[in-house]
Amino acid sequence: MKGKLVLLLTVAVLIGGLAGAGSATPPASGSISGKVTYTGTPPKMKPIDMAKEPSCAKQHAIPVMTENVATGPESALQFVVVYISAGDTPGSAPTEIARYDQKGCQYLPHVLPMQAGQVLQIFNDDQTSHNIHPLAKVNPEWNKSQPAGSAPIDTKYDKPEFIPVKCNIHPWMHGYFVVLNTSHYAVTSQDGSFSLKGLAPGKYTITAWQEQYGTQVQDVTVGAGETKGVNFTFKALPY
Amino acid sequence: MTRKKILALSALGMALLVVDPQFALAQESHVGKLSGHAAEGKQLYRRYCIGCHGPDGDSNGENAPWIDPKPRDFTAATFKCRSTPTGTLPTDEDLDHAIQRGFVTTNMPSWNPLTPQQRADLVAYVKTFSPRWKTEKPGTPINIPQETPATIESILHGRELFQKMECWKCHGPAGHGDGPSAATLTDSKDNPIRPYNFSTGSRFKCGETNQDLYRIFMTGVDGTPMPSFADAIQPKDAWDLVHFLRTLQALQTQEAALWKKYAADHATEIKPIGPDAGGQ
Repeated sequence: MKGKLVLLLTVAVLIGGLAGAGSATPPASGSISGKVTYTGTPPKMKPIDMAKEPSCAKQHAIPVMTENVATGPESALQFVVVYISAGDTPGSAPTEIARYDQKGCQYLPHVLPMQAGQVLQIFNDDQTSHNIHPLAKVNPEWNKSQPAGSAPIDTKYDKPEFIPVKCNIHPWMHGYFVVLNTSHYAVTSQDGSFSLKGLAPGKYTITAWQEQYGTQVQDVTVGAGETKGVNFTFKALPY
Repeated sequence: MTRKKILALSALGMALLVVDPQFALAQESHVGKLSGHAAEGKQLYRRYCIGCHGPDGDSNGENAPWIDPKPRDFTAATFKCRSTPTGTLPTDEDLDHAIQRGFVTTNMPSWNPLTPQQRADLVAYVKTFSPRWKTEKPGTPINIPQETPATIESILHGRELFQKMECWKCHGPAGHGDGPSAATLTDSKDNPIRPYNFSTGSRFKCGETNQDLYRIFMTGVDGTPMPSFADAIQPKDAWDLVHFLRTLQALQTQEAALWKKYAADHATEIKPIGPDAGGQ
């Protein structure tokens, strides 16, 4: 019985090895890039009054604006997370650290994508206490005080989720942790552009997520070394 | 169904129970020497708890719309009163204490009249509402060291921490629950929530002893704006904060007496707490 089992296992390993050698993975050199825009009228972002926190207020010559619908020139939509939602084989979490800063009573970046299991480091660069309170529902919800000058908080999220982040002490502070199953993601810059690089040839589903307008999905097939253009347009409502 | 089939099915069921210990654990609770069972807990839940917490444990019972604060939503597995670090599941004892103690200033009464076995059964059933209990273990209870003596030095240092940790931003410079951020606070379900007003002198939701007070700010009150200070306050300093907090309550505590005497002798030296405390 035991001998048979060993034999079987050996054969299985051999076959596995051969199969792996036979299908050499093509270079992951394809990419998808494009622009996210809106049609319609987005709400006007409002200036934030930080008078209650003078140490933060004095860091901003012009008031910081709310960021729930951040727009740029030519109807560009900023802070949209574009990622591969299907067709990608998620690798192990990267060793690179996802960094989140609390600076001038703002979250920088406003939206932080990361891979499930990736180390997340949260810094308080301010002269005031913050409490960092990610309102997770799928992952555990925690809430930690981080006074001025304290060490960064090291943490990670194991399950994919869009997690709103807030500071209860400074209620104007809003941000998002976007925990994804893929390592291929991007956040649109002020001109609405994004680029997903290092893609193996294949058929992918691309999702664009905006915190107020939800998600949009498109299917794209990428050939070896090919660069595909994909654009998303969100319908903006003024409320 | 033939008898054979029934036998085979029940054998499969038994096997599942044996093979998946987490599954079995989630249906059970252990409080002291007692083992609670979800099947018994369900009957009790349907009699005592369902009206507020709802048949699915999601806080949508028929009384829920008229209750403030809202009943606990067990499907979220986020609990206020824990001995475990923020973001972790509470222990079975924590849940048992919550049922036994009730939540002062809310609609949740003390269920002391239930027997310890009945409470343990309820704990086992409450844990079936969230899948987290099947994949996660409760956190490790935080260590609470021996309390240090409540001296005026300890109180004064605690007062410094109350300023430095910015407790006053929500709880107010005098602990009246009227800090600059107080009016904006909401819980994790976006319901307005008030910070504790120390001047009422009422018990805390999570207990009444100095140990309870220590535990509350070191573990945080999950699902509310109250964060955990475990990373921010050293254990020896935490007792100082406890001693100071006791002076804010309208109670005849030894800390209050010490502070009253000190305040009378040093009225001119005491700096106010709040935004005008020299940016400290």
